[in-house]
Amino acid sequence: MTDRNPSERADVCVVGAGPAGALAAHRLADRGYDVVVLEVGERFDFEDRKRRMERAIRPGHDPLSVWEMGGPRDAYTSSGERFYPLNRARVKGVGGTTLHWQGMVMRLHESDFESWPLDYGDLRPYYAEAERALGVAGADDNPYAPPREEPFPMSAFPPSHSDSLFAAACERLGVTMHSVPNARNSEAYDDRSACVGYGTCKPVCPSGAKYSADHHVEKAESEGARVVDRAPVQRLEHDDSGERVTAAVYATPDGESHRQEAREFVLAAGGVEIPRLLLLSKSAQYPDGLANSSGAVGRYFMDHLFAGVGGTLDRETRQNHVGFITSECHQFYDDPTRGTEGRDGGVPEWTDSGDEPAPDSIKLEFLNYAGPSPVEMALSGDQWGDDLLDTLREGYGNSIAMGGLVGQRPRKANRVTLDSSTTDDHGNPVPKIHWSVDARTKSSLRRANEIQRAILDELGADVSWSVGPENTGPAFHHMGTTRMGTDSDESVVNPRLRTHDLRNLAIASSSVFVTSGALNPTLTIAALALKAADHVDERL
Amino acid sequence: MELTRRDALAALAASGVAVGTGAVVGTDADGRLRNPFAETPSPEDRMATLLAVADVVYPSAVAGVEEFVRTYALGRTKDRADYREGMVEALSTLDEYARTWHGADFRDLDAETRESVLDQMGVDTAKPDPEGSDPARVRYYLVNELLYALYTSPTGGRSVGIENPQGHPGGTGSYRRGPSADEDRSKADGSESSAGDSEPNTGGGGE
Repeated sequence: MTDRNPSERADVCVVGAGPAGALAAHRLADRGYDVVVLEVGERFDFEDRKRRMERAIRPGHDPLSVWEMGGPRDAYTSSGERFYPLNRARVKGVGGTTLHWQGMVMRLHESDFESWPLDYGDLRPYYAEAERALGVAGADDNPYAPPREEPFPMSAFPPSHSDSLFAAACERLGVTMHSVPNARNSEAYDDRSACVGYGTCKPVCPSGAKYSADHHVEKAESEGARVVDRAPVQRLEHDDSGERVTAAVYATPDGESHRQEAREFVLAAGGVEIPRLLLLSKSAQYPDGLANSSGAVGRYFMDHLFAGVGGTLDRETRQNHVGFITSECHQFYDDPTRGTEGRDGGVPEWTDSGDEPAPDSIKLEFLNYAGPSPVEMALSGDQWGDDLLDTLREGYGNSIAMGGLVGQRPRKANRVTLDSSTTDDHGNPVPKIHWSVDARTKSSLRRANEIQRAILDELGADVSWSVGPENTGPAFHHMGTTRMGTDSDESVVNPRLRTHDLRNLAIASSSVFVTSGALNPTLTIAALALKAADHVDERL
Repeated sequence: MELTRRDALAALAASGVAVGTGAVVGTDADGRLRNPFAETPSPEDRMATLLAVADVVYPSAVAGVEEFVRTYALGRTKDRADYREGMVEALSTLDEYARTWHGADFRDLDAETRESVLDQMGVDTAKPDPEGSDPARVRYYLVNELLYALYTSPTGGRSVGIENPQGHPGGTGSYRRGPSADEDRSKADGSESSAGDSEPNTGGGGE
């Protein structure tokens, strides 16, 4: 029987067993501290992963059921100009959303830190540690990436066949392609196998070659940390002075409520649940929510937006063999308005129409999974036998597509609040996401589409779809809701990732991001988690 | 397109069945055919109905269907009583419709009539659902079960032009190769193989 009672004596209580919580817990346990991790979700059995993959591939199952999401525990509401599909790509459980993620791990560029209270140099050693921890396969071939001091832990996955098709067109246009850092084993690493090519990375990697944070939870446990699953934290309590958190109050499946006391607390529950927990923990002293003297808790919610263009070629493109990408382009990251010049023309410069803002950073991706996968077509079609085979042969084979991400600037109105009209399975108000896509972000999306279109036209593709300003969707990177800063009137945590208000409360999450950049956030989350753990260590 | 036991084992490995134990071999020690529905009345009739569905939903050029389906169904239902029950009920449902409309079990109908039964039931357009209506369950437990097995196997994938279909752990070599490579690509590179005939592994070396 699982013991979900609180530990009698704990140095550190970590809330959340995703990548940030797992890495922080492992580091602190490794340094000899008594660590307790409280995780709202369950501990998934690795042996079930292939059946989860089947649920993902086969119609007849709610996509949320792949990782047991949805239901009253995960209720939320959405307001603002755009509906925010919060549960579609987050996982509650040991390993967190890395169970579901794509596994793309870039360092933010130096320019991304301009309005942060720390710079790339401060994070650089932590980035290197994070790459070793997650196991990153990459190559130092990206002329636009920030400087690095040592090779990637593993060699990059070689380019795909479709990358080679793109390469010829990009060369003619003067567009640079380079490798992608993947948190995915290109060889056996850290007791996990090399990728074996199931092609279903997102939402399930059955082989474990894609990094997921349950590995660091296990490492933390082997160093003595204790992990309590199915233990949703209801609120944090503080002392009379309002300077220290004293306990995390959590519920257990038997209906009991417990208090976990600790000397230090680390919140690692993601960019939505962290502000929610702080808002739920309001007190007489903190009537607007714990650690919220600034009023910034929940505000400045940011996400990345997807831009893509695709169609077909008159050649076989060999898609859907693997579920990850092998080439990107950061050429338009620091200068999204620039044009290019190649042998046969180039991408035109951004044309300023006069009434729209200039675009922000753009990251471009060359997809290896454009178009339908035959098995998914077969299972959702209305044919069988020879007719089905003909349809599959016709539908599979020559799809091609580019994707990309753009970021949002922080805006106060985009925020996470509590919705008191709806409660979760423990009677707590659910998170309410207020989200809109602003004009500058739409400019960035339009610019991304323009570049993608130029490349696909050069390739000779018959373009049949695009995702841009009007039909974009979020990349599920929840950022900004407990922003970092030096001014306690404007921000929630300091550059040491400790809340301004409470001396023993740290936050390890993309919620501390000041700006979003346009790169997948998890490597930066991991680096910040390791940094936060170091500062907790200093305080202990 | 010749389906082999190796294809069935590969498809099983991808669906999470431990296939290295010999427990899913289609014949017993005396060479008799084993049956996934052995615990139910008339197990060979059940199997014959499942194979009759395969005759409709698999392309006509597919050979080796019986051993493939038998091996796959054995593996899929091993230690999964609920899933076996779902399949058995869907097979019974299909036979009931066939008897009502044509006075014979599905397996005893000719090819054209079998197809018409599935069409009339609306299985082709039904949304697959393990808990759903009759056509939804037939679609889920029989039609899609068989199609999932076929199109996540190397031979089924290759028939469409993808030797490493989604759901099959076919390695990280094929995505790099162009279409001009040898037709039978997966056999040319030993590193691609995930489920050999003698000692198939379960695909994920990290387990």
